Amino acid sequence: MRVYLLSFIVLMVSQAAGAAAKIEHWQTPQGSRVYYVHTEGLPMVDIQVLFDAGSARDGAQFGLAALTAGLLDTGAGDWDADTVADRFESVGANFGAGSTIDNVVVSLRSLTDKPLLDKALETLQVILSKPRFSAADFEREKSRTLAGLKQEEESPGDLAKIAFYQALYGKHPYAHPDSGTLSTVAALSREDVQRFYQTYYVAANAIIVIVGDLSAEQAQRTAEQLVQHLPVGKKPEALPDVAMPVKGSEQHIEFPSTQTHVLVGLLGTYRKDADYFSLYVGNHILGGGGLVSKLFDEVREKRGLAYSASSAFVPLLRPGPFLISLQTRNDQTPEALKVLHKTLADFIAQGPSEAELKAAKQNITGGFAMRFDTNKKLASYVGMIGFYEMPLDYLDTFQQNIDNVTLASITDALKRHVPLALLQTVTVGKRAK
Amino acid sequence: MKHRILGAALLCLPVFASHAQLQVAERVLGNGLKVLVKEDHRSPVVVSQVWYKVGSSYEPGGITGISHMLEHMMFKGTDKHPASEFSRIIAENGGDENAFTGHDYTAYFQTMAASKLAVSFELEADRMRHLHLLADELKKELEVVTEERRMRTEDNPQAKMSEQFMAMAFTSSPYKNPIIGWPVDIANYQVEDLQAWYEHWYAPNNATLVVVGDVQTAAVFALAEQYFGGLKPSEFKPLKPQTESPQLGVRKMVVKVPAKLPSVALAYKVPSLKTAGQEWEAYALEVLAGVLDGGNSARLSKELIRGKQLAVSAGASYNFSSRLSDLFELEATPTEGKTVWELELALKDQVSRLQQELIKKDELQRIKAQVLASAVYERDSNFYQAMQLGMLETIGLGWQKADEYVSKVNQVTAEQVREVARKYLLEDHLNIAYLEPQPINATTAHKKAVK
Repeated sequence: MRVYLLSFIVLMVSQAAGAAAKIEHWQTPQGSRVYYVHTEGLPMVDIQVLFDAGSARDGAQFGLAALTAGLLDTGAGDWDADTVADRFESVGANFGAGSTIDNVVVSLRSLTDKPLLDKALETLQVILSKPRFSAADFEREKSRTLAGLKQEEESPGDLAKIAFYQALYGKHPYAHPDSGTLSTVAALSREDVQRFYQTYYVAANAIIVIVGDLSAEQAQRTAEQLVQHLPVGKKPEALPDVAMPVKGSEQHIEFPSTQTHVLVGLLGTYRKDADYFSLYVGNHILGGGGLVSKLFDEVREKRGLAYSASSAFVPLLRPGPFLISLQTRNDQTPEALKVLHKTLADFIAQGPSEAELKAAKQNITGGFAMRFDTNKKLASYVGMIGFYEMPLDYLDTFQQNIDNVTLASITDALKRHVPLALLQTVTVGKRAK
Repeated sequence: MKHRILGAALLCLPVFASHAQLQVAERVLGNGLKVLVKEDHRSPVVVSQVWYKVGSSYEPGGITGISHMLEHMMFKGTDKHPASEFSRIIAENGGDENAFTGHDYTAYFQTMAASKLAVSFELEADRMRHLHLLADELKKELEVVTEERRMRTEDNPQAKMSEQFMAMAFTSSPYKNPIIGWPVDIANYQVEDLQAWYEHWYAPNNATLVVVGDVQTAAVFALAEQYFGGLKPSEFKPLKPQTESPQLGVRKMVVKVPAKLPSVALAYKVPSLKTAGQEWEAYALEVLAGVLDGGNSARLSKELIRGKQLAVSAGASYNFSSRLSDLFELEATPTEGKTVWELELALKDQVSRLQQELIKKDELQRIKAQVLASAVYERDSNFYQAMQLGMLETIGLGWQKADEYVSKVNQVTAEQVREVARKYLLEDHLNIAYLEPQPINATTAHKKAVK
């Protein structure tokens, strides 16, 4: 009882304290969008340069975006891979480059001590504007990618995910795996990588995020330095729309594992969807709330059928998946699927209860500050806001947007977004004899 | 040029080190509970962790994995709160929570708005002494743990190999057993086993409470006293040493599992910081691991993945903060057309070079710069800071070692790195495992449209 009283008082205070993070935004002369947050207390900075150059831009050459990103630090300007690595690591800087469906994120974490930061920034600038893509580096990284793809075939979870995206997206650019397939990667050439780089790694397609102990003036100089040698170029055309699958489907992949991996879902939502917050809160109750959710309760707590059982909406530029996942002993798969379907169907039909909605809101808004309590988390939020062109006050209005969600808005949004007859189901494991 | 820049980095060192030292406050309550508080006011949040000195290395045969099983049961109700209520209350208060078990520890944590710390304390204090173990709950949770084992180990070739490898490498050390336990032991836990394990190990004088975040130290101590102060301590007998018996020659094994890629692992028996005769040896082994695998400029990446292109991946790791002596491991996956035996030779060649030649000055400087920078980056995360303190305290070294780390690594010399390579990376103390892939043949057996 005491716990409840406490929570009311504190909720009011934390909302009054409100202002989340002050995001400053401008454009460089070449047209790159910059998002900067000043943080104090630690002599470090996190920098991200994002390009709309993720696997959705692969065309028919699945894996091209990922391979291009992976090759960036294998040689640039006058430096080979050893020198690039040495330049970062000798000043304690961490460099990373990785692609997702929508974008590639090139990141740098560095101390802000001037000689250290200057060396790291110079290295990053040259990597972005003069990557070598030498033949030897290309062949080596390609064969490492192929080895990685073979390794994915050891994993029933990875196989399930690949089949699920394929079922959901058909011929859309979201359908194929980010790292490509054995045959498409084998067919890639160094010229493909160069062409991809020249098309997409341009100033007009770049977003720069700076979070850390740099002044606004330092941030401005840094942003300009990073993209000054990139051609202006242009933004790529918008991705095609996604069509909802016209029929539900079930697919099983036979695999010699002790568990069957189950994925069930369909198209979900996109970043700017007006229904986003209703779907987010609704999913939180259904299967997004960590150790407290309906799926977790029905599948794990009540029946011990799985170690993890969860659901998520993955919002992208275009509608990303809504997916429910669990893993269970092979012979229990029919039972687990039954529980999953019933939990989902009941929730779509009836929606959450008043008490469930209240508890979910308390969890989400009460834990609001934990979403960006490190520079790292804050940088990734700011990157999301920048890339998806969300309002700069996204974090400031987040709690209000959660609060505005109602029972009716959840039920309504779920009914429209989750037509049960169209569910796509993938199972990977050993069929019980 | 390079050296001047590094010089600048090292100059900053005393500032960071002393800054860090000021921050941790320690108080031991009357019942023996040690409370550590580190204030960090960058964000209005707090992480609270309770660390128990018990883990898989404390377990006798027949009940391996019971520490982990008990970790799961700690969410299944107390005399006061029924099953699942713990998680519900934390969630309603905006918290995130979970728990983890290792060889040497079992730990529980909540991250919350700083003002909610009392909610976490009330619940953790309650389950420290008043867990209500029920046979029905155990029956269900046993299935959950079995599913967890299938997911993490049974269906994961690398994890499966690693489990077999540990069981071969260690003879008398309890590190031979998997943290999650052997399947036959998991299947046969009784509620009495868990009750006994709980009563034996869960007491304030066997625990450390670590709080990092936007709090006032004095207020946290008072709150800890209020909630945990009344809990009764237990009596503990000294732990049996269970030291590893000396290995008398190289050990090799083949692990056959359904997989697509072969790999090889090499592991030498080495002391940890806790067991090293002289503690500089452990810091020198830390640096040695950094020479081989401290990033893309380290030797394994530079020479095996890029230079000779023998490996598609390669790594080295040293278990610095283990309670008992542990392993220095090297592992690698060959490039297509190369074999695990060629890789084994290449890895051994790396080791013998470390025994014969001094590492280069710029390698040593690079590692020191990285360690220094990491010490700053780590402070971005309350959770990580609390982890470090809790772990060092729980393995019996004391949290103060966290503050010494940067300066101790800084004192390591190239000669010391060569010396530990000569002393510990011995062929007779080496263990080798080869993963030999068995066919998988995944087939799409069934595809149909419904309705």
